[in-house]
Amino acid sequence: MSLPENMGRFALFAAQAMGCGPIDLVTVRGWRRFIPQCFSIGTLSVPVIMLTGAFVGMVLVVQGYQQFDNANLADRLGVVVNISVAAELGPVLAGVMLAGRVGGALTAELGTMNVTEQLLALRAMGCEPVHYLVTPRFLACLLLSPILTLYADLMGALGAWLIYSGVYGGLSEPYWYYTRQAVEYWDLGTGLVKAFFFGGAIGLVSCYKGFHCRGGAEGVGRACTESFVISFILILALDFFLNIVINGLYEILYGYRALLF
Amino acid sequence: METADPIIELRKVSKAFGSQVVLDAIDLRVEREKTTVIIGRSGTGKSVLLKHIVGLLRPDSGEVFYEGRRVDNLSEKALTPIRCEIGYVFQLNALFDSLSVLENVAFPMTEQKGRRRDRKSIHDLARRCLDLVGLSGFEHKRPADLSGGEKKRVAVARAIALDPPPKVILYDEPTAGLDPQRSDVINKLIRHLQQKVRVTSIVVTHDMKSATEVGDRLLMLHGGKFLADGRPEEVMRSENVHVRRFVEGRAEPEDLLNLAT
Ligand SMILES: Nc1ncnc2c1ncn2[C@@H]1O[C@H](COP(=O)(O)OP(=O)(O)OP(=O)(O)O)[C@@H](O)[C@H]1O
Ligand SMILES: [Mg+2]
Repeated sequence: MSLPENMGRFALFAAQAMGCGPIDLVTVRGWRRFIPQCFSIGTLSVPVIMLTGAFVGMVLVVQGYQQFDNANLADRLGVVVNISVAAELGPVLAGVMLAGRVGGALTAELGTMNVTEQLLALRAMGCEPVHYLVTPRFLACLLLSPILTLYADLMGALGAWLIYSGVYGGLSEPYWYYTRQAVEYWDLGTGLVKAFFFGGAIGLVSCYKGFHCRGGAEGVGRACTESFVISFILILALDFFLNIVINGLYEILYGYRALLF
Repeated sequence: METADPIIELRKVSKAFGSQVVLDAIDLRVEREKTTVIIGRSGTGKSVLLKHIVGLLRPDSGEVFYEGRRVDNLSEKALTPIRCEIGYVFQLNALFDSLSVLENVAFPMTEQKGRRRDRKSIHDLARRCLDLVGLSGFEHKRPADLSGGEKKRVAVARAIALDPPPKVILYDEPTAGLDPQRSDVINKLIRHLQQKVRVTSIVVTHDMKSATEVGDRLLMLHGGKFLADGRPEEVMRSENVHVRRFVEGRAEPEDLLNLAT
């Protein structure tokens, strides 16, 4: 299949999956399919996401402490670390972990259903496979990715502070004072908005790859690899473009910030 | 063997995959409330033919009719009500491996639109259908834990478990992998559904005993065309060399050339 054809198919697939979303969110049937996905995509990802967040926060302090201390700015370290985690590293790394943990599993599950004719069986019974299988998974990725990112942010902040005060013996009071002053809701909010997009992209790409994999175990395996690589690249590319948009918005809204926050 | 009022009709249906012609201008009129058996060598396109009836594959040329209405050009959505009237036993069973046996059998009843009934009556009917194929007590197993023949029987139970009963059931090798006694149960079940519930059946099989037992009409697919067509006993006495060799289970001489060298 050529690239434009693939993109066209993906667009139709995404439109169909998203189009069924609102209906699923207001019907009992929809929630019955949505809740189990929330468990396997959301709840089971929490530990690994928290671990990622904690290590990111910790390593940033380890990396930065010496330089900040040399400039006598050690108590400002929290500002840099927390802005980086909330606005950038939290969402991106949570997205990458989600792509690895969930994306591969979704592609493998749907790909296996595809090669064992279970998708055909669904169609033969008058069930739309995209609505039945993709929509709940897409919704779970989309809606839970910001929440998971919040966990990563929280653990990042906590991990950073633990290393700062526990290992380097920094004082907590100025650390948090400067952090509170400099870190805005804007940073946290834009991070979560980005996570929302990352989650949606991961869900759609992984399901699409599963639905269109070639036969056999090898086909499913390759689809899993591709879905992770594409999700990963999409996260980085989306991050880049969203940052441009967000910066633009920030400039436009700067004058009104007193009203907003 | 022609019928004036066919429930399913194929007119000049052709299908090729790449350069491989599988169906070559096939004509078929399936008589209402009778059992039509299709035999043929492996890879002649029997499964492909069944998939055309419910729109899982679309013909390259030709037309498919169901109840006098053209269906091969309908959208997936428009096909849904038709698919809800048709049971389909897939050759590879296509059981949903995330669901238990009981949930699999109840699946069409719980998920099809316009079939809103209470859970208890759905599960009662599903249990009765499992009893019919000799699988009571297997309700809570997972398909992955079943033997090949058990899976096949669950697939048969899932295809017949509809209320009202399906108008048409398509069986793709319902007795493959079953012992002679279990095969006999399935044959009798197909007969029973035809005589008592007035179901129209199309049975694809390699099992000549099953073919003669359940069939009102027997067709042999060979080289993309129907080579033989008639009452089972007529076809069994056919003079055509290919038909003779198939029913007697003798290899085609050209298939043995490689052995000789
Ligand atoms: N989706 C597909 N893409 C390419 N080729 C296909 C596809 N489906 C079927 N074929 C080819 O069409 C031919 C007929 O396949 P089909 O599954 O209908 O055979 P069959 O008669 O059911 O055989 P068997 O008795 O072994 O099940 C085969 O040669 C197969 O390779
Ligand atoms: Mg077949």
